[in-house]
Parts: sequence; C-alpha cells; structure tokens
Amino acid sequence: MAKKLVRSVWDFENEWVETVAEVPERLPEPWAPDRPLRVAGQKYPRVDGYQRVSGDARYAFDIQLPRMLHGKILRSPLPHARVKQIRAEKALALPGVVAVFTHENIPPIPWYGDSFLFDPHVRYEGDEVALVVAESEAVAEEALGLIEVDYEPLPFVIDPEEALAAGAPKLHDEGNLWNGRPNVYERGDVEKGFQEADVVVEDTFRTQVVHHAQLEVHVCVADWEGDQLTVYETTQATFSVQRSLASILKLPLNKVRVVNYFMGGGFGSKLGLEKQTVLAALAAKQLGRPVRIANPRKDEFLAMGNRPSSIQKLKVGAKRDGTLTAISLWSLGPGGAYRSAGAELGTPVREIYKCPNVRTEESTVYINAGPARPKRAPGHPQGTFALESILDEVAEKLGMDPLEFRLKNYAEIDQVRNRPYTSKYLREAYEAGAKAIGWYEKRNKIPGSGVGPIKRGIGMATQIWGGGGGPPAYATVEIVSDGSVIVRSGSQDIGGGTRTIVAQVAAEELGIPMDRVTVIMGDTALCPYGPTSGGSVTAASITPAVLAAAVEAREQLKGYAASALNVPADQLAWEPGRFFLKSDPGKSISFEEAASRLRSNMIVVTGARGPNPEGYTINSFGAQFAEVEVDTETGRVRVLKIVAAHSVGRLINPLTGRCQFEGGIIMGLGFALLENRWMDPNVGRMINTNLHDYRVPTMMEIPEIEVIIVSEPDTKANPVGGIGIGEPAIIPTAAAIANAVYNAIGVRVRELPITPYRVLEALGKA
Amino acid sequence: MAEGKGGVSRRGFLKGFGTGVVGAAVAAKVRLGEAAPQTSPGWDGKVPVVLRVNGKEYRLLLEPRTTLVRAIREHLGLTGTKVVCDRGECGGCTVLMDNKPVYSCQVLAVEAQGHEITTIEGLVQAEELDPIQKAFVEHDAMQCGFCTPGQIMAAKGLLLKNPSPTREEILRGMSGNLCRCAAYPGILRAVESLAKKAQG
Repeated sequence: MAKKLVRSVWDFENEWVETVAEVPERLPEPWAPDRPLRVAGQKYPRVDGYQRVSGDARYAFDIQLPRMLHGKILRSPLPHARVKQIRAEKALALPGVVAVFTHENIPPIPWYGDSFLFDPHVRYEGDEVALVVAESEAVAEEALGLIEVDYEPLPFVIDPEEALAAGAPKLHDEGNLWNGRPNVYERGDVEKGFQEADVVVEDTFRTQVVHHAQLEVHVCVADWEGDQLTVYETTQATFSVQRSLASILKLPLNKVRVVNYFMGGGFGSKLGLEKQTVLAALAAKQLGRPVRIANPRKDEFLAMGNRPSSIQKLKVGAKRDGTLTAISLWSLGPGGAYRSAGAELGTPVREIYKCPNVRTEESTVYINAGPARPKRAPGHPQGTFALESILDEVAEKLGMDPLEFRLKNYAEIDQVRNRPYTSKYLREAYEAGAKAIGWYEKRNKIPGSGVGPIKRGIGMATQIWGGGGGPPAYATVEIVSDGSVIVRSGSQDIGGGTRTIVAQVAAEELGIPMDRVTVIMGDTALCPYGPTSGGSVTAASITPAVLAAAVEAREQLKGYAASALNVPADQLAWEPGRFFLKSDPGKSISFEEAASRLRSNMIVVTGARGPNPEGYTINSFGAQFAEVEVDTETGRVRVLKIVAAHSVGRLINPLTGRCQFEGGIIMGLGFALLENRWMDPNVGRMINTNLHDYRVPTMMEIPEIEVIIVSEPDTKANPVGGIGIGEPAIIPTAAAIANAVYNAIGVRVRELPITPYRVLEALGKA
Repeated sequence: MAEGKGGVSRRGFLKGFGTGVVGAAVAAKVRLGEAAPQTSPGWDGKVPVVLRVNGKEYRLLLEPRTTLVRAIREHLGLTGTKVVCDRGECGGCTVLMDNKPVYSCQVLAVEAQGHEITTIEGLVQAEELDPIQKAFVEHDAMQCGFCTPGQIMAAKGLLLKNPSPTREEILRGMSGNLCRCAAYPGILRAVESLAKKAQG
C-alpha cells in the first residue's frame, strides 16, 4: 500500500498533539451513511467474551513465570521528608528475602523532571522509598515492615489555596504554582461583555479529589531472556511504555517487548511507564529471575493518580433575551507532589456555548499529596458541573427554560480555532433527551415546589469532547488459505471492546462472518503501532486503518479469484462473500474459494490511518438529563433516571457501546454523590485508602439509564465514521444530577459530592 | 541466564549506569542464577492442606497464613479468581464454598479444608460455558472483565439459592461485588434473564 508523510495535529485529552504521520496515498472509500452494513453498527457480543467469563483471560496480574520473584515497594509514610538513612539488614535477614533496592543502589534515573526513580526527598505519603524482592508476595510484604528508615520530617502543605500563600512549604525549586503563572485564555473583552449584560451571576464551585479505583492494580512482570526484555504490563499505552522503557534502560526498541492482552481497567491511570516497571526490569536483570511487582490496593489510592479537586469562580453575563455576553473563569487545583497531570478544566467554558467574550485563568499547584493523573475526560466533569450549574442560575434569573437558554447560545463553529465541526448533532440530542425524560411535563416550574418531604426534580447538562483520533495508527490484515483472517493492531482493548469493533470492521469490509476473524492487540512484538488508549481516540484512530488494510487485502485476493476464473482481474466485481464477473454476474467465486488458491501464499497488508480533514474540528457532543429524588429529611439523593443523548458519529457496536455509556454515567454518579478522598490535615495523610471508605457506586445505586445516539456516521472525520465514546459518557452526569437536585429542592449545592450533609446544609437543616 | 551474547549483558548493562554500589549493597543476599531452595520461606512452618477445588482433591504444603485465594491462584495456578482489595470489600475474589459465595481473600486455605470449593474455571464443563457465563457474554455484562469471575460466582451462588430472584433480590445479592467499569445494568440484565427462564 503506497503511503506518504503528512503533518498531523489532533486532540489527545485536550492537548493538541502534532506529529509527522505516515498515511495512505489513497484513502479507502468512506462507509457512506446510507450504505447498508451487515456487521458494523450491529450488536455483537465481545469476540473475547469467552475468555473474560471463563477465567481464561490472562491479565498482567495473572502472569506466573518459572522462578518468578515478587517485589513490593516501601512508600513514605510522611507527606514531606528527607530520607536520612535506610537500614535493610533486618529485612534481608528474613528467610525468602532476596534483595532490597534503594536510592543508594539504584541508578538516579530522572523522573517527573526534577526528581528520581528513588528520591531521598520524599514529597507525599506514598512516595517510593525502597523495593523489596522476595520469593513470595507474602514474604515481600512482611519484609517491608522490617526496613528501617530515618526520616527528617519537613513542613508540608496539602491545601491548594495554602500552597499559594507566602511562606508555604515549597516542594520544588520552581515554587508551588506551576510555571509560576496561571494558564490564561482570552477572546473578546469580558469586561465590556459584562457591561453589556442585563443579568450577571457570579458564584464559586468546588469539586473533590476522586480516584480511578480501577480494579486491576498497577502490576508488571519483567522477564529477561538474554538481552531480550519482555514486560507484561497492565497499561493503556503498550507502545508508549515500550518506548519509554527502552529509552530509560538504553536498550534498542527491538529488544523490549510489552505485552498487554487483557487489562483490568485504567480510566487514565495507566497512560505511561511506571516507576515499578523500571524497577522490575532492573531487579530482574540483576537477579537473573523474572520479577513481578503488584501494588497493594492502598498504594493505588496513595500514589497511582487522581482527578484533582477544583475551586472555580465563575461569572456569566447575558442579555434579557438570553444571549450570552461574557463568561469568565478562575480556577485552582492541585497537581499533587509532582508534574504528572495538571488541574485545568476550562475547555467547556471556552467551547460549548457561543459567546464572544471569554476569559479563563487556570492554575495548578504542587501540594504534598499523590500526583494527579488524567482521569476519564480530565477537567471536564468538574468544569462542566460548575458551568452548567451557573448557566441554570442565569436562566432562572432571566425567567428562561434552561434548555431554551442553551439553544439560544448554540455554537455553530469551534470558536477557539474558528472553524466548523465535522459533525454536531447537539440540537438533536437536546430534543431527544428532553422527550425521553419528560422535560416539559415533569420538571418543576418552581424549583422545590413538590409537596411532601421527598421531592423530585429534573436537570440536564451538555458535553463536549474530542475523540476524533488521528494518525499514525496501523493495522495489518492477513488472509490465509482457509479463508480465515488475522487482524493486528498495536493499540489495546482496555475494556471498551476494541477487539470486537476491529473484527466487525474487518468482517464487514471482507464480507465474511465475524467468527472467521481473529484480532491480536496489545503486543509490541506482534502488532504494528497503534495509539495509546486515552482521550477516547482508539476507535477513531485504528478502525480506519483496519478498513484501509481490509480494502487492499480484498483487492489482492481478487487477483487469485481472477486466476481461478481465468479472467483479467479488472473484469471482476465484489459483493459481500464473492467476486463475480461484471459481464456475467452468475459466474462467481466465493471469498473462501479464492482464498484456497493462496495455498502457502499469504496476503499481508498493512493499512495506515489517513489524515484528519483540514480546517475542521472533530468533537463529540451530548446532553444528559437526570431525574432525582431528594429526601429533605435525611438529605439523601437518589438518581432515578439518566437519559444520555449523544452525537458520536457512527456507533460501531451498540451492545458494547451501551455498556460503555452506562458505565461512564454510573462513574459520573459516583463523582456527583459518593466519591471523595479524605485527607487528615493534621498529618497530611489520606484516611480512606480502601474500597470500603472510598465509596464507589455499587449495584444498589444504579438508576434507569436510556442511551440514545442521535448522530449520523461522521465520514467527514474518518471513513468508518466513528468518534470515541469512553469519556463523553461521564462528562455531563454530575452536572445534570446537580441541576436536578436544585430543581427538586430549590436550593443549590455548589460543592461535590452532594452528600446528605451538604443537602441538609443547603436546606438550612444541618 | 546467559550473559553477554553480544548486545547488552547484565553486567555491562548495570555498568552503563555507573552503579558499582549495587553489587556491594545487596551481594549478601543475591545468588545470581542459582537455584535457591535455601532462600525459600521456612519449610518448618508449613502445614499440609487438603483442598477440594472444582471436584478435584489437591494436597498442598502451605504457610498457615495463606489465604484461599492465594492458594487457588499461586499454588493451583487457577488465576481466573482475582485479588482486588485483599480485605473483603469488593467481591473480586468470590468463589463458591459448598455452593455459597465467599470472599476467598477472607478465608484461610486451612479453613477451607473439608469444603467443596468452586472457582470460575469449575463452571466450565468441557469447554461449554455455564448458562450464567453465557448470559454475561450475551448481555455484555462486563467491560474490562477483571471483576467478572467474581460477579459470575456471586450470581451463580445467588441463583443456586434462589433460581428466580426478583430485581430487588438481585441488586442485594450482587451488591457485594464492585465493578468500576460499572457494567451493573448489563449484569442485572444477565442475571434477570436466567431468573426469568427459571420462572418459565
């Protein structure tokens, strides 16, 4: 397949990534919206469903190799300290302990910019201090308690506002404010905008720190065979881990293999190389045996990421007819102890609604707590909560229906980049969602006017996200002589059902049944490059590459069909299942028969993902509507129903797609009502480092959920027409619930989570 | 492990970092490439344990502190059962003990003696999935799948006790099993489909 190089700029987790990408010379013909599809767009159970329900699926957590050792990481119990001395003698004397590694015997590999793999300056409870390697996990755990560390405690700060105060303990030379200044965006003139407004509302909103709490802990197994390193890793970024690891260990890329066939959840916490993976590789190399390091659950809370909290001061101005004149946002959030992910959240303010005058000023600070990581739509659920709450306040002041107010300020183009969208069916989402929830019938015209102590309310919120993906991304399609097909792509199936949609796209284009396709993903040694699964980019990045490879592979098979029929290839046409003679459609040969002519030949085609269209922004949009019930005596909020109406191009598998939407919504419900990191301000330590006190939703909390896809396939974005759905699902849920709570009780809770106490407080009953 | 067949050798590799101190600091305990029975945890403390798992009897020598889930995973190699919290909060390690769901991280292997243990692998008969496993696939009651074995065992235990539970009984029966992907609606549909079948 002929390819060329292009400059490619695309949206990954709100950051515009620029790369030089290899793309095909000729793009496959897009699957037009009116083209009938047999397999893609249909409900298919997961192709790896058997493995997942039988216990056969082998996760990195399950890898057991002969002579494998177990590592455990000793972490700082203090939020800020200097390690003066580490004495490992007692640990080393425990039968079964093989080695202890510390900053004294591990190379000073740079990490987080100005720190190291093991840094004697520890900056949060959970910072890595030492590694014990032992014959069993139990012995390694026991040995952790036998390592004696002398710490010199340092003053600490865990509150973002206090971190900015003069004289606050400093974590890094640059000071606590990242880059020494906020991120500022400005269009138009907000002061002028506020002067032109008939109504101005100003409020402060707060959101909490929440955790990924994915069920498979961070785990890796490192295994050397000679100079060849294989790492079994639970990751959303198989290729990125390989590259970073090779670079740090100064190994050629072809000596490092990263394997990740099944992966037990990430939600953004597994987007790159981990310290423990480097440690496992170093320890395994030195000890001459495979080394596995699995975190205990507690460490996941302390050290493996979180969605940062936020303080958001919002000001919105509008004219009497509902036209927005200005929005300004000031925000502050903690990045944690190191530079891993920032606390920015201004995209919804800048992009969802049409507004000529917008200013956002976003700050991230260091505090002595676990580093933030991207978590499912970084910035968006918290930013959307504040924006959508205050817009409802403005609408009420104007005496407008909140939906009508939003439609009045509908953005036809991307105002930040001043260009059109490839597709946007948000109006349709509003309409479908409003109908399904009963917006005009059920919503309290006067908030809080329901009778009795248990009150119901309806609220809604809007979502914007990227997920258009882009090149480079590759897939190979191989056709062998029995007509079966192997598809390989270097991305990974992190639970979204990527293997299944890849099989669907290949089966569709090749005109064969799903069970004739095997998909191999998540192995750098077996697959061509595929992107990191973050930013909801996987589907939109790799399915067009699969399509390109399948089209070309079928074209090559046509040659074998032609020789079998003894006609020139250009006289043959294709329909699903067979090649036929254009002049005599009765004369044909099936896919399988044509493939049988391959004998020991193979058709192997590598397809590349094409470039994104010039001059367009690719976004998903959506609106969620919530119906809640609030017990005004106990303060308890119950979510009765969520309607999720989204514009995401083509949904390639409505069965797995529904599951992903439902899951995102329920995680959003946890953010709205339940989840919260509790810190003890006196000692700077986290209190609820377990799945009992850190409350994630259980089956008891699930509402009725209705998912409606309102979009047509977006073939302007890519030839398959799909846009990612993983993150859009969670974004507007908390905001819609918060607005519904207001509609139920008539007082607004401006801080998440909306706990019974906060509800009672808002009602003046606490 | 062979050293220095061209490319990166173990020694050269460590030297590359200028870390002569590594060997010195840990040399006392490091026995490169040696089989190391002498570093194994004391044989003395181990106790014989007889487990019946998926209809088969296994005779093991285990440290008394070994939990049932570790015995199943690490000593029998049945890795379908997962460890998620290791303290009885999430249900990820659910197995059946005499047909009742238990958190196998909260049961010591020695306590499980004399009981019939069924793991996720034990539901599969000659590659044929159990109806509850099939229902999970059909209703897409999973995403990442890491909690799925535990969910299925909890559902199996519920259905063994009550073949046609109501929606409320399913929610309660399954509420001890966390799913962070929150495939709960699918799980509910899967279990309900069997409850309805049982009602005829």
